Amino acid sequence: MSASAVHSLWTTAAPIQKIDAPTIEYAQLLPTLIVIGAAVVGIVVEAFVGRKVRYYAQMFVTVVALVAAFAAVIGLAAGGHASTEAQIAAMGAIAVDGPALFLQGTILLTGLVAVFTFAERRLDPEAHGNRVDSFTAQAGSVPGSDGEKAAVKAGFTTTEVFPLALFAIGGMLVFPAANDLLTLFIALEVFSLPLYLLCALARRKRLMSQEAAVKYFLLGAFSSAFLLFGIALLYGYAGTVSYAGIADVVDGTVQSIDPALADTMGNDALLLVGGAMILMGLLFKVGAVPFHMWTPDVYQGAPTPVTGFMAAATKVAAFGALLRLLYVVLPGLRWDWRPVMWGVAIVTMLIGAIVAITQTDIKRLLAYSSIAHSGFILAGVIAATPDGISSVLFYLGAYSFVTIGAFSVVTLVRDAGGEATHLSKWAGLGRRSPLVAAVFAVFLLAFAGIPLTSGFSGKFAVFKAAAEGGAGALVVIGVISSAIAAFFYIRVIVLMFFSEPKPEGPTVAVPSPLTTTAIGVGVAVTLVLGVAPQYFLDLAGQAGVFVR
Amino acid sequence: MSPVNYLYLAALLFAIGSTGVLIRRNAIVVFMCIELMLNACNLALVTFSRMHGNLDGQIIAFFTMVVAAAEVVVGLAIIVSLFRSRHSASVDDASLMKL
Repeated sequence: MSASAVHSLWTTAAPIQKIDAPTIEYAQLLPTLIVIGAAVVGIVVEAFVGRKVRYYAQMFVTVVALVAAFAAVIGLAAGGHASTEAQIAAMGAIAVDGPALFLQGTILLTGLVAVFTFAERRLDPEAHGNRVDSFTAQAGSVPGSDGEKAAVKAGFTTTEVFPLALFAIGGMLVFPAANDLLTLFIALEVFSLPLYLLCALARRKRLMSQEAAVKYFLLGAFSSAFLLFGIALLYGYAGTVSYAGIADVVDGTVQSIDPALADTMGNDALLLVGGAMILMGLLFKVGAVPFHMWTPDVYQGAPTPVTGFMAAATKVAAFGALLRLLYVVLPGLRWDWRPVMWGVAIVTMLIGAIVAITQTDIKRLLAYSSIAHSGFILAGVIAATPDGISSVLFYLGAYSFVTIGAFSVVTLVRDAGGEATHLSKWAGLGRRSPLVAAVFAVFLLAFAGIPLTSGFSGKFAVFKAAAEGGAGALVVIGVISSAIAAFFYIRVIVLMFFSEPKPEGPTVAVPSPLTTTAIGVGVAVTLVLGVAPQYFLDLAGQAGVFVR
Repeated sequence: MSPVNYLYLAALLFAIGSTGVLIRRNAIVVFMCIELMLNACNLALVTFSRMHGNLDGQIIAFFTMVVAAAEVVVGLAIIVSLFRSRHSASVDDASLMKL
């Protein structure tokens, strides 16, 4: 094509249409904006602030941002955005409603507690006179090399973990609030990518940590490719990616199908395959069987503070997105997805509980326990009633604090090689340090769902909603697998309190107030939600309505 | 040519990519197969966009490209650090945490 022809193409192109600037409700997006903004500030701090004060600067930025964002969530909820004023913001991309605000509040609080455990610097012995945290001195150095030794000697620290955590939290805040499939996908990637990196940053057992990161990354990217293809198919089905638009097509309320598009629009094969692929992507993130294979390896290999953060906050965000997808986009497809989710919930509960019995590593044990808990939460998701939503919200809130608390206790029990995670080393811990063992026992009882702990209130709410939603058989299986799970939780308690401590056993490090706060918050939430759950059940009940 | 053929091509590419993830052993090749899957998604999105006559699909394709680029940054960093410490990028060798 000659130059003049190109020129005439330009000049004869259609006149420029005026594009209206989108209206963004900044006030309603404030929690996310604060967190992402602080993450960017954290990057700048990383670049320009001296090495000595960087840790304190990062801590300050992170904590202030999380507290401010939580205050913004409370402000929005107090302004009625959780109930009467619930609406869809940012040109249909983000929903600001009860479940979104409830889950955002939960994610911010768990994120704050997790950041405290990230910042802990008293557990490892000092290296060359410098206090060190759980993260490697220099991620780029080869484990065991001279470069690594030099980095440790120079007192390098990976303070990048704070902005990385903030980016992950930012993505998690958007994930349960996403109101179109594109936002869902982007939020998924925004919180997944920092988590892949955080997994690779352990100070001890670095080979395992890197291996965990590779596994998490490859499988995570694989599952998000499935999610994206599912998004493409649903877009082909409905001609739009907005949740409400797809739901209209699913319900058949859109009657004016262009005959030229009749091939694809409203084609049920696209809907079913696309919906299944999106569900696969989300079930991977919640760690439901058969998409759970990454969970034990990643939980074991990642630095323990990161494991706690991941186990708690990712699950909250992913279940939020799953709830919104099933209740807002695909309620018209209920009779198709319910049997599938039944099957997934049953195998998740049973396999999580049964395989956990054979575990010998405390972090793997907690990983399988988290798989079983995903199954219990799925039982509430399947209820497909307003009670189902609020019970899942309550369960997520209760479960996340127990999880972070339990993993924080794991960081305390140490021997010469770092954390002593093999179960045999925990024998007799109750004789040596009764307080730590008692606190861990409280968390285990909460996982098992013993009355007077938050685990019982959560399980009761979820199973009640499932039974009322017509999933009685599921409840029976849930109770059976709870009983199986109780066996190995109790076994750990027996091991801690009723066996003789070994002479060469691990020591319990005395933490700084940071980890103590994390554990203390975990215990307090566990007991308060166990003894007096009514206020929080009401809160979750009021929050349990999706805007559409 | 009917645009539906491009959908078949996208599905085929996606299947090739996911098969590659499952059967290949080198982490870099596995990662390339994942990128192939993302490209298949892009082709499907753009084709649907053409069929529906709206631009949403094309815009999502741009977002996918950016996400894929970010994924490469993170993924290669992780895979290279694994390779440097083990002198192997085989996903079978990464088996420290077998049950």
